[in-house]
Amino acid sequence: MLKLDDALIVQDDFRLEADFTLEAGRKYAVIGPSGAGKSTLLGALCGFIPLARGVMLWNGQDITNTSPAVRPMTMLFQDNNLFPHLTVLQNVGLGLRPDLGMNAAERAKVEAALEQVDLAAFAQAKPGNLSGGQQSRAALARVLVQARPLVLLDEPFAALGPALRNEMLDLVQDMAAQTGAALLMVTHAPDDVRRIADEVIFVEGGRAHAPRLAAALMDNPPPELRAYLG
Amino acid sequence: MAQSALAISRKTGISAALLVLALIVLALGAVISRAETGAGLGAADWAAIRFTVLQALWSSGLSVLLAVPVARALARRRFFGRGALVTLLGAPFILPVIVAVLGLLAVFGRSGWLNTALEAAGLPAVSIYGFHGVVLAHVFFNMPLATRLLLMGWQNIPSERFRLAAQIRLTPRAMFRAVEWPMLMQVVPGALALVFVICLTSFAVALTLGGGPRATTIELAIYQAFRFDFDLGRAALLSVVQLVLAGGMALLVLRLVPDITLGGGLDRMMPRWDARGGVQRIVDTIVIVLAALFLLVPLVAVVWRGVQGWAQMPAQVYHAAGISIMVAIASIAVLLGLALPMAGWIAARKADGGEAIGLLGLSASPLMIGTGWFIVINPVADPFDFALVVTMLVNAMMALPFALRILVPPMRDAVRQYGRLSLMLDVQGWRLWRVVLLPRLRAPIGYAAGLTGALSMGDLGVIALFADPDRVTLPLQMVRLMGAYRMDAAAGAALLLLALSLGIFWICDKGGRWRAEA
Repeated sequence: MLKLDDALIVQDDFRLEADFTLEAGRKYAVIGPSGAGKSTLLGALCGFIPLARGVMLWNGQDITNTSPAVRPMTMLFQDNNLFPHLTVLQNVGLGLRPDLGMNAAERAKVEAALEQVDLAAFAQAKPGNLSGGQQSRAALARVLVQARPLVLLDEPFAALGPALRNEMLDLVQDMAAQTGAALLMVTHAPDDVRRIADEVIFVEGGRAHAPRLAAALMDNPPPELRAYLG
Repeated sequence: MAQSALAISRKTGISAALLVLALIVLALGAVISRAETGAGLGAADWAAIRFTVLQALWSSGLSVLLAVPVARALARRRFFGRGALVTLLGAPFILPVIVAVLGLLAVFGRSGWLNTALEAAGLPAVSIYGFHGVVLAHVFFNMPLATRLLLMGWQNIPSERFRLAAQIRLTPRAMFRAVEWPMLMQVVPGALALVFVICLTSFAVALTLGGGPRATTIELAIYQAFRFDFDLGRAALLSVVQLVLAGGMALLVLRLVPDITLGGGLDRMMPRWDARGGVQRIVDTIVIVLAALFLLVPLVAVVWRGVQGWAQMPAQVYHAAGISIMVAIASIAVLLGLALPMAGWIAARKADGGEAIGLLGLSASPLMIGTGWFIVINPVADPFDFALVVTMLVNAMMALPFALRILVPPMRDAVRQYGRLSLMLDVQGWRLWRVVLLPRLRAPIGYAAGLTGALSMGDLGVIALFADPDRVTLPLQMVRLMGAYRMDAAAGAALLLLALSLGIFWICDKGGRWRAEA
């Protein structure tokens, strides 16, 4: 589905190489030490950071130089996933209409998504009046209406407590199942990997290693991964 | 990560910057082309240059010197009305120069309150005209500005230093040398530089309180050459001198100028354990009272005299007020049209320093630009038809440096926080402005607009060059009334102008913050 062919990402004096393929509908965990380049990898996939070398293919089509807006993926950032001056409804609606001009059908779709994340009552609220968990769910509702085939999660739930975070991860999984989207999520927690991931991309030493089956990898980690997991 | 967030169109920003540059460069070119170097600078011109530099030196020196004890007293005392006084220190910034001059005349003028008191006491009168008056007015305007800059310096001293100093029982004198003196050494040069540059291009003060061979600034000399002698060549030559002097000075010293946050100095108050002694308390109290009186009495005089003269105002005053309001609103529109794209461009850049373009506006003198544009327009059309347009443009340009300083930091925050999200959601171009940037920046935009409106409303510069009887702004109308010795009517007009300036500032500033959330 998504193929990185001999890709090199350069940021100032930081370099990261990647050469792998992601399959549709699979769930990938990205793990690795702090500063290894996990967020950089996601930024490059999403198109925020240009590739210094190599190509990115989507179903065989070259998307190396396309704008983030037109790539078949969406991303949840660590923070600032919602505009504080817009209502929850508008924030979710941006996923369908970047000019905020929703028609009745689009509006109904947004309201259905809000219903699904239990935020129907908060459609007209501003994000500042929502709890952390509610804010995460509003962002997820936007991911839902965007319905892109690949969803990137750059630790968007890191600030939530363990119970709430598990709840969000379950919700993400439900949504991925519903839309058939592939997931790619950065995480620090081996538990998350076991809980969700089909495969693991280990980022370390200037390289994003090709995905390996999660269960096998976690049960029998190579030395570098063992050192990281401790 | 910043390079990824370039969702703002660079083209518009760069075009706006180029437009500003073109406005200045075209004027400069016109001035240089017409400058008559043949005759060189006459004795009167050299006198004007000397006076300009000398009064700027005295004005900046006195402003900062007087600001030190005031800022120190404000930094270490807490009293009822402190917040109001600090706010008042920001007022001269949006106070029309001509209004302040009238207030100062009411207090220090020939038949003002001070001289009346001196006469009653059998003492000789003091004159506000000439060198003293110009410096006095400049100190009135710039001492509060310097005080605010220094106050920020004091408040930026970490409170741990004061705690440490209290623990090791430093004497007040040792305290000053160990903690406060190093801070002053950092802040004072910038404050001096800023006030010096501001005073170099002083026009309205010199026009009303100076004049004559011994108290003419270059800016005033340009005006006189232009208006009275209609000697374009000499006006152009003086404009070049002004540009070299003020522009060169600005380039030299503006690096020193600290950030101007007009809202600063209000927040937290640090506990101090030194300076609890009786003598220091008394000194601080006296300093604060004197500073407050120096600022308040002329303003009270404006209101007092204005109320009395209100009925005497001729109909032209209201006509002029209408023109001033129109020019101010147009200036705000032009300013926002220039400043917003420029701020967006600067904020999206990786490197800092784009604000420097805005500073050009500060160093270029309004009368130089006015003269230049007169020369440009003159062969093709009647320049007087363009009086209000040029005034409006120049007013917007003069406000540009301040507007950029207000807009760029929050713009940078907005781009940093929401650049990626906007890019991903395809919220770009005009949509980015409408959906993200304008709503995020409502408050600073309102503030910048208010400042521009107030500055434009009170401006007395280019319009004095171009004015004819039909196109008179309120400040110019006031000057005419004062020139005709109709002081009561002028006082009424001053009150109206004061109300309009503060009013337009208040409306814009409040409008920006009205029902604004997070």
